[in-house]
Parts: sequence; structure tokens; C-alpha cells
Amino acid sequence: MPKYTLNVNGKRRSVDADADTPLLYVLRDNLELNGPKFGCGMGQCGACTVHVNGEATRSCLLPVSSLAGKSVTTLEGLGSSTIPSKLQQAFIDEQAVQCGYCCSGMIMTSAALLKKNPKPSEAQIKEALAGNLCRCGTHQRICNAVKRAATTI
Amino acid sequence: MNAPDNFLSRRKLLQAGAAALVVGFSADATLAKTAAPLLSPAKSVAKDVVDSFLVMHADGKVTVYVGKVDLGTGTKTALAQIAAEELDVPFNSITMVMGDTATTPDQWLTGANITIAQGGGELRRACATARAALVARAAQRLGVPAADLAVSGGVVRVKADPSKSVSYSQLMQGGAFDLKVDPKAALKPAAEYKVVGTSVPRVDIPEKVSGEFIYAHDFRMPGMLHARVVRSDDLGATIVSVDDSAARKVSGFVRTVRKDNFLAVVSRTEWGAVKAARALKVQWSKGTGLPDQASVFDYWRKQPIAKEESTQKVGDAPAAIAAAPRKIKASYEFAVQTHASLGPSCSVADYQGGKLVVWSASQATHSMQTELAGVTGVKAEDIRVVYLDGSGCYGRNGHEDASADAALISVMIGKPVRVQWMRADETARAPKSPPRAIDMEAGFDANGKLVAWSADFHIALNHIAAFKPLDFPLLAATDIGQPKPGNWVGFLFQNSAAPYQLPNIRVNTRHVAQAFFRSAHLRSPGRIENSFANESFMDELAAEAKVDPAEFRLQHMSDPRAVAVMRGAMKLANWQSRAGLSPDAGKGTVSKGRGISYVRYNNATTYVAAIAEVEVNRQTGKVLVTRVCVSHDCGQIVNPDGLANQIEGGVIQTVSRTLMEEVNWDRNKVTSVDWVSYPILRFPDAPKVEVDMINRPGEVAWGAGEPTPTAIPAAIANAIYDATGARLRSIPITPEKVKAAIATVRTA
Repeated sequence: MPKYTLNVNGKRRSVDADADTPLLYVLRDNLELNGPKFGCGMGQCGACTVHVNGEATRSCLLPVSSLAGKSVTTLEGLGSSTIPSKLQQAFIDEQAVQCGYCCSGMIMTSAALLKKNPKPSEAQIKEALAGNLCRCGTHQRICNAVKRAATTI
Repeated sequence: MNAPDNFLSRRKLLQAGAAALVVGFSADATLAKTAAPLLSPAKSVAKDVVDSFLVMHADGKVTVYVGKVDLGTGTKTALAQIAAEELDVPFNSITMVMGDTATTPDQWLTGANITIAQGGGELRRACATARAALVARAAQRLGVPAADLAVSGGVVRVKADPSKSVSYSQLMQGGAFDLKVDPKAALKPAAEYKVVGTSVPRVDIPEKVSGEFIYAHDFRMPGMLHARVVRSDDLGATIVSVDDSAARKVSGFVRTVRKDNFLAVVSRTEWGAVKAARALKVQWSKGTGLPDQASVFDYWRKQPIAKEESTQKVGDAPAAIAAAPRKIKASYEFAVQTHASLGPSCSVADYQGGKLVVWSASQATHSMQTELAGVTGVKAEDIRVVYLDGSGCYGRNGHEDASADAALISVMIGKPVRVQWMRADETARAPKSPPRAIDMEAGFDANGKLVAWSADFHIALNHIAAFKPLDFPLLAATDIGQPKPGNWVGFLFQNSAAPYQLPNIRVNTRHVAQAFFRSAHLRSPGRIENSFANESFMDELAAEAKVDPAEFRLQHMSDPRAVAVMRGAMKLANWQSRAGLSPDAGKGTVSKGRGISYVRYNNATTYVAAIAEVEVNRQTGKVLVTRVCVSHDCGQIVNPDGLANQIEGGVIQTVSRTLMEEVNWDRNKVTSVDWVSYPILRFPDAPKVEVDMINRPGEVAWGAGEPTPTAIPAAIANAIYDATGARLRSIPITPEKVKAAIATVRTA
């Protein structure tokens, strides 16, 4: 298997993987980063969202061979349970989780939104998250968490 | 809130010395926290024994063991609150272990809205028994009568002299209780509650928002291989031939596994398994076929009936309807839907030395022991099923099937295997909710009084009994030629009874012998479909009587708790009583309307009234639910914020089911395979949800996961009527159906 060197969460990582392996599998299986989740493998649901060079990107469709020289950030790169980022803290404060399977994608998409637009309206938040699916119906709390983060960041 | 460090984690269990076997590993020691597979030693699990529920450690920590699991609803936190309260120990001293068959009592599956009432009730009695025993021991130790003692924070003190005290851990010395649960143990009065009734933040959320939480999907163990199961698209097709020559060339390929019609590829890498599965060339036989979807409700009504039951009989409804000068008839239908969990199901199984361990997101881990025994041939007592959270399931999704897949492969190859279902597996192949068709009729007397109600519910036969092990037609079981009864659908008769006081009522349920899909319960099974019919019909009767639909309901109910939720929702929504349609109806392109619905879950527990506000685009037929107000009474509230979260989620998910969700199929296969072919509600269309929670301290704490969804479809349909004069009697309420119904109104 070919070897690829990636920049993930600020660290250089070396992985053995086939060239067409989607970034999602590399992150999860090779690097054991469990934040990004497998939801569909077709870019339809947003559960696998990570940042590539700061842009919210679906990692399930992105071959590892395309990532040379690019920096990847996963949910783990934002903060931890003991030192959460403000956005993660806002999700905790709003208790914006049910099963939580979508929340990595929600947070990564919202973090990218807040970087571009630090004070989004509710409509802008909903539009930014329109491609992220939540099956439990946590939409209102997720929206409130992003709003809360926007007032504290 | 920082991450609570008191809940199950490898670090803490190691510190507590509780982990007998740690098999977590990482290829790279510098990696952050990774999957931490844990197998703590087997212990007492008998449901009538205190030690099955509780272990008090020498350091004052308490481990609580429950057979119920947290499906993303917050029950881990709520049950810990119940235990902390009844034991009088600090909430943070409690560690929860859920759904591990070797360490937790079998409290039957997690579902049916009974986790708090039944599961929490059993836990509460165990804790109350333990507390009484501890106080008795303290009385002996301190030399005073038990009545003179008070407990707080796990310390027993003499009321008159608090300096005289002994802690639970001193009393227990890390030992066992050796006690039967006393079903009559004195329970703490609600007036003394300090933890129950407060919004303790959920213990799992900090690790879920940081990627540290270990879902079933994130579980890894040394030597673990990856598998994908390959199944036919056509229902009932069998394998004619398999050519794995191309699959063998995929890097990481280990082997192809086949037993009868069960077929899987095993790979060292996950991506290798995906590619090998795609490379497998399989010739399938013709399948068993499916009915024409276009006429499925006619088909459903004509299917052989296994039994017909009377669920409600008051007076003589047929005679009263026959004599009624004014009669109303309406029929309702509810489409086949599916759980469509966001994460396709996933499980890891490890078969070694005749013992099988399965890490599963099943909501029924104990029952899975016998189900997996059937599939694998391993004895049930040699199977351990350990619960790990999955993607929310809302009923029996694919978790159990994926676990059976993993178990069967692991037993066949003798190695640990992870099976991750693909999107189409979950959307198309996981169990479905069966269709529902409901026929209603009512009669008014000469004075315009509603005097008779008659209903026939065409529901799927249920092959299970409450509190008995399940025997579900797992896909793997079917694949290897073990036919099972076909429907495990939940108690679909529930909420067929009319929730109103009328002089003549006849309600029958007709149980269709066999559904055409492998069927399972989907959130609020039966209740949601039946209540859609009952509450839509009640609305039609109110319109016929020219009475405001909320007032009309109130005229036919007297239970003060029912009236309270009706009034609560009306107040929250600022409901203005009026007969007839919205003044807005029929004007302009977009008409606004409001609709109400009332449900008492199972006609016996939680009360809900919901008011939906909608905007209907009369040209496109698109319905936007803008706001939903819910008044909710589930008795004693355990965690108000957790309850609100469940109510809000129940509303939003059900708006999706009401307006969008329908499994589609052709004559051979399910064609709903992904999020394009089975779309769900997205952020821009999510309504604002407002909640009025009525607390009843000291009353039974009933469930809250299912009652709210039950009330939503009719509230929306009734709001569309209010906005347009069009009755939508078929779920999902698609734009096409709305346009057609509005056209009927125009020409009427």
C-alpha cells in the first residue's frame, strides 16, 4: 500500500492506504479519530464533515491521494471534553444532542460558517446546515447552540 | 459543565480497579483516546437481587447496572438521577453500566415508552431496598433506632447529633448486599427530591461533542477484520452463483464467507471490504415479489386477517349510527416508513474458545443472546452482548441485524469482525413499519349531538408478547434458512380506542396475518397511526358540528389532566376559539392555519396536546410547519431539560414523517435506498417548538419519547384543513396530495 503524509489537527501523520481510500476511512481507521462519522458515503448527509484548509468538506468522498499539502481538521481538532472550544461548549450548554451521531458534522459545518460569518442570522444558520441531516430532530437546539456560540466567540 | 469523570471510561475503570480485561489498543501510542473495549467480570444479573443493580465501592463510588440502554434519549442521566435520589448519594458518585448481558439485569427491551416507568421503577425499588438495609446497618453500628437517622450524600447521621455518622462505604466495606429486592420498600416522598426533577446536564454530551465518545461504530479491538455483507436488492432472491475473482484482487482481501444465502467479504481494511463487496459478482434468483405500491392500501385491506379484536365497546354504535340522521365517514392511511438512522448499523463480534462477545447498539441486548444463538449455533449462555450507543434507532432498525451478521461471520472465521452496514442496507433492508388503513364512521342525533363512533383499524399482526424474548426474522437467520414469524411490530392496537366520552363506541382492530415487508416497530408504533385517524376524524366531526375543534374536544372529555394539557397548549399557542376555517383560508397564494390534536398515550399514561401552525402554498402544495406548541403531562418529571429535548425532537422528527416520509418500492425491491430516495426534513423547514411541561410530583414518571410524536400528524393535517378547507387523510402529506385535495375543495 502506498504511504501518504497528511496534516491532521496540526500534526503530520503518515498512513498506509490505497490511493482511492476516502479520507473518512483514513481518519477513522488509520488514525482512530472517531469524530467524523460514516452516514452515507455519498456526500448526502454531512456526518463525515471535516475541514480541509478551513473549508467544511465531506470526507467520505475525498480520496486520500488528493490531500497532499492540505491541512485537515476534525472535531477532535477543535477541543476536548475537558477543554471544549466555544462552539462545543455552546452545544453542551444548549444540550444540543440526542443520539449525537450527526453532531460532529453539525459542529464542523457551523465552525466553518462562524469563521466566515461570525454573526449569522437564524436563517443563515439554517441555510448553512441545510446539507447536514439530523434524524433525532435536534434542529432547534443545534441552531440555538450556533447562535449562542456566535454571541460568545 | 466539564466532562463528568464519573461515567464509564477506560481510565476511570482502571483507576477503580474494576476492569478485569482491557483489550483496547492503538497502533500509534501517541494517538488520543481510542476505542476502549472493556469486559468487566460477570456478576449477578437476577432481576430480584439488589446486587444485580448496584455495586458500592470502597471509595464511595456507586456503579449502577441497568438492562435498559440510552438510545440517545438521555436515560443514562435520568436513571442515574433516580438512583442517586433513592439512595441518597451524590449524583457524581454514580457510574452507569447499561445493557451488558453479563453484568446488568434483563429489564426487557428499551422501548415502548417504559424505560423510566418500568426500568426506572425497578431500579428505584432496588435502591430503596439498599438504602433501607444501609440505614438498618447504620442503626446497629451507631446504636440508635433507624428512625433517628438521616441520610445525605451517602452518609448516615444521627439526627440529634450529626457528628455521629457512618458512610455507606464504611458500612459496605466494598462488600455485597446479598439481598432480594423488596417490592414494597419504602420509596422516598417526592417532597424530599433534590436530584429528580432537576435539569442535570446529560453525562454523555461532553464526550459526544468532542469525538471522544465510543459509539458501536467506533469500537475496535486487536486483530479485528472488516466485513461487508452482500445481499440481493430483490426481496427473497437466493444465490445462484458467486464469482469472487475480482474481489480477491482488492487489497486487504482476506476471504469470502458464505453460508446458504448469507454472503460476505472479509478484509483487513474497511475500504478494502467496501471495494471487495462491490467487486463480488453474484447471480441472484428471481425474488418473491411485492404488491403494487399504487394500490397498496386496497391490497392491505384485502389481506387475510389472523384475528379481529374489539378494543372498545360502549353502548351500541352500529345501531346508533344506523338510526342517526346525520352520518360522517372517512378513511385514513399511513404509509410504510422506516427508521432511517443517520448512521447505518454497525457491530463488532469476537468468537474465541466457544464464547461469543458482541458489541451492539441493540435496544434488546438480553434478548439478542437467544436470537444470536439461533443464528450462530453458539449456546445463549456462551454469548455476551455488550451495549454501545449507536446512531439513534427509534425502534428496531438494523442494529440487531448487523450484530447477527457480525456474530455469524466471527463464528465462521474465528476472528473478531466489524460489520458496518452501508446506507442502502439501513434505508432499504432494515425492518419497516407496516402500512395502516383505518375506516371511521360517526353519527349525530337530530339535535346535532355526536352520539356514535365506529372504527376499524387494519393493522399488522404482532408476533411478540410483552416481557418475553424476541424471535425476530433477522436477515442472517433468513439467509441461512431459519424462517421466523414475520412481524415484530409492537402493540399496534394501542390508541385505537376513542379518547372521548361518547354514548356509543365500537372500535375493532383487524390484524393482517403477514406484512409484505419484514416489519418492526417504529417510534410510537400503532399509537401514531391510530391517533392520526382518531384525531383527524374528531376534527372532521367538530367541523361538521360547526364548533371550534379545541372546544369540541373539551366538550367530550372530563379527565382534569386531559383538560389541563388542552388548556396548556391553547394558552401557549394563544388559541382563539372559532368555528369554521381560518379567516385566511383560500386567500392569496399562501394560507395560514392552525390545528390541534390530543392524545393520551396508550389511553392510559402520558397526556399530550399539540397545536401546529402551518403555511400552505396553494399553488405548489408545499406545507411549511412554522410552529408547534406542545403541552405535556407525563407525571413526575425526572429531568425537565431532558424532557423538553425529547418533546422537541419528537415534534421535528414527526413533522418529517408527516410531510415527507414514505418507503417506495417496485414489484421486486425497495427503491428507497438513500437520502435522495428517502428524504427527511432539513433545517430550513424545521418548525419552532414551544413546550409546556406539567409536572406532577409524586405521580408515576411515565415515558416521554413516544407520546409527543403520536399527536403531531393529526395536528398538522387539521392545520392544513384550517388553512385551506382540504382534508388530508393520507400520510405522508405530500405537495401532490395537498394540491389534489385543494382542487377537490375548489370544485366542491
